[in-house]
Amino acid sequence: MTVVTSAQPIVQGKDLNKSFGRVIGLNNCQFELFPGEVLAVVGDNGAGKSTLIKCISGAHEVDSGKIFVNNQEVSFKSTHDARSHGVETVYQTLAVAPALDISENLYLGREVRKKGILGKVFRSLDKKHMREVSTKSLSDLGVLTVQSITQTVETLSGGQRQAVAVARAGTFGSQVVILDEPTAALGVNESARVLQLIKDLRDRGMSIILISHNMPQVFDVADRIHIQRLGRRAAVVTPQSHTMNDVVAIMTGAMTVPEEEQQLAPVR
Amino acid sequence: MSETARTTAAEEFANSATPMQKVQHALHRYPWLSPLIVLVVLIVIFAILGFGFDVGSLENFAKPATISLMLQQTVIIGTLAVAQTIVILTAGIDLSIGAIMVFGQMVMANLAVSATASNVTFMAGQNPYLAVIIGVAVATLAGGVNGFLIVRFNLPPFIVTLGTLSIFTALTLIIFKARTIQGKEFEGAQDVMGIMGKDFQIGPFGFTIGLVVMLIVYVVMAYVLRGTAWGTHVYAVGDDPTAAELSGINVKRVLFSVYLTAGFIIGIAGWITIGRLGSASPNVAPEINLETITAVVIGGTSLFGGRGRLVGTLIGTFIIIILDFGLSLAGLDQAYRVLAIGVLVISAVAVDQWIRKVKI
Ligand SMILES: Nc1ncnc2c1ncn2[C@@H]1O[C@H](COP(=O)(O)OP(=O)(O)OP(=O)(O)O)[C@@H](O)[C@H]1O
Ligand SMILES: [Mg+2]
Repeated sequence: MTVVTSAQPIVQGKDLNKSFGRVIGLNNCQFELFPGEVLAVVGDNGAGKSTLIKCISGAHEVDSGKIFVNNQEVSFKSTHDARSHGVETVYQTLAVAPALDISENLYLGREVRKKGILGKVFRSLDKKHMREVSTKSLSDLGVLTVQSITQTVETLSGGQRQAVAVARAGTFGSQVVILDEPTAALGVNESARVLQLIKDLRDRGMSIILISHNMPQVFDVADRIHIQRLGRRAAVVTPQSHTMNDVVAIMTGAMTVPEEEQQLAPVR
Repeated sequence: MSETARTTAAEEFANSATPMQKVQHALHRYPWLSPLIVLVVLIVIFAILGFGFDVGSLENFAKPATISLMLQQTVIIGTLAVAQTIVILTAGIDLSIGAIMVFGQMVMANLAVSATASNVTFMAGQNPYLAVIIGVAVATLAGGVNGFLIVRFNLPPFIVTLGTLSIFTALTLIIFKARTIQGKEFEGAQDVMGIMGKDFQIGPFGFTIGLVVMLIVYVVMAYVLRGTAWGTHVYAVGDDPTAAELSGINVKRVLFSVYLTAGFIIGIAGWITIGRLGSASPNVAPEINLETITAVVIGGTSLFGGRGRLVGTLIGTFIIIILDFGLSLAGLDQAYRVLAIGVLVISAVAVDQWIRKVKI
């Protein structure tokens, strides 16, 4: 059911290898993310999902293999490098500073200074601008219940914090947003809201990588499902082509999918 | 689906807060509020006892001369507490503050006096301004040593500064002997070395240059902490270093710069101390480290890092000094002041623990 198309992947990994001493994290792993899609990455514990994502987001360097962003080969030395190529990551730990307010967190590490002498000489922050953009960004994402943009993040609920972290990833002209287990710690309602956020980001043209253990959620939002097993890609399927049981079977090695039955090309 | 999710979140906010929660929220938002209340209450109590009752010599408490003296008395702890605040904001602690301050001021003093009065004869007799600059630079460097050890070897600040407390105290004694340099020994350099103690009148109140400089340090650092990216990063590093790192902040660089800046402020405090005491003594205020930590903690800054305001530290300093004056004017033993400070410190930490649990 492969659709023939000329679309180029926005992120591509070729023959990625990464080991930690004698433990193999990635073993000749292939990876493609296409523009405007939600790609779920699933796999058993230790299958190498986090390792794969960390190599793409600059948190790890690969031992060998090539990574391309927009067809340009990259070698990220830090998450900062990845970010400057438009690749943003929402870590499972969220990486927010609880005692800082929402706007400060959104701009953490990329604060905007005032124009002119106040900014250049006195390094004065343009808090007004940052608050305006933060407010707009959160309301664009439908996170309107946040009372005040100067509210500290620790006063927010788990879902709201997640929304702040997602908004941060989606605010700065990013093209690719990577989410590692974004709903793992959330209740039903909050999970639903975060899934909606993911769809909203996709509708705004961003490409999303979603790591999740939650099959119903994966089948709800994913366009394609990358199944990781023993450090390599076992198959790429879609929610339409395979059932949840199939995916679990592929994850555990009980089932294999011939390449022509996989969805290696974009569906969007 | 998202509609229902939004309403539940909205309901979370809508539930009305109990009065206790309102207090908690207010303190959470303005951590300097509780020290301010303590300060006001202390002033009112001492003033009432002084006017209405015949307690010791408390009738002098609200007199301009006493107020002036109290203000002038804040300069040493107050300035050092700025350095302590920025360190504690990163979830660190600086036990070497007093030792570095003494070291810096002994450098200044021994450079400024003539060779006969100095313990470093071959370098003595410098231009007093140069002496001050070198002294401040040495203190800055000493702060940098703390920062380097903490950042480079991943050592806990408590251990590093406990070590440098001993090292700088020893260096002071080895290099400068245990000799106090008296004000008159500065001779022509006295104008510069003692300038921080120079006083001037505004109405019935007497102020010193040192007091003005301390307030300038507060204003500048308050701006830097709240108005610049560096300040935000200091808070973020103290709050959650991993999150800061993942947000692209160079945590090590921020930490190092904090200890360096603290060293600079400690150097200024050394100069202020010479002016305040009229001499440069190697055994000035041995308990000054603990007093700066006390001022910071009473002022509502969290020992766990990431929260607190400099204005709280200033209030904390005032509380320490006012307790000192008030209780001794009331004729009470010094032990009562120590007792009161102990109670305040524990209460402040308890309040901090409580407000950190805030939920809206
Ligand atoms: N920093 C590390 N040091 C040593 N081994 C590591 C490190 N990170 C990952 N590994 C190993 O690499 C393999 C892949 O780990 P990875 O975290 O990528 O799995 P995962 O698919 O994300 O699993 P989970 O679902 O449990 O999060 C595992 O065997 C793991 O123990
Ligand atoms: Mg993982």
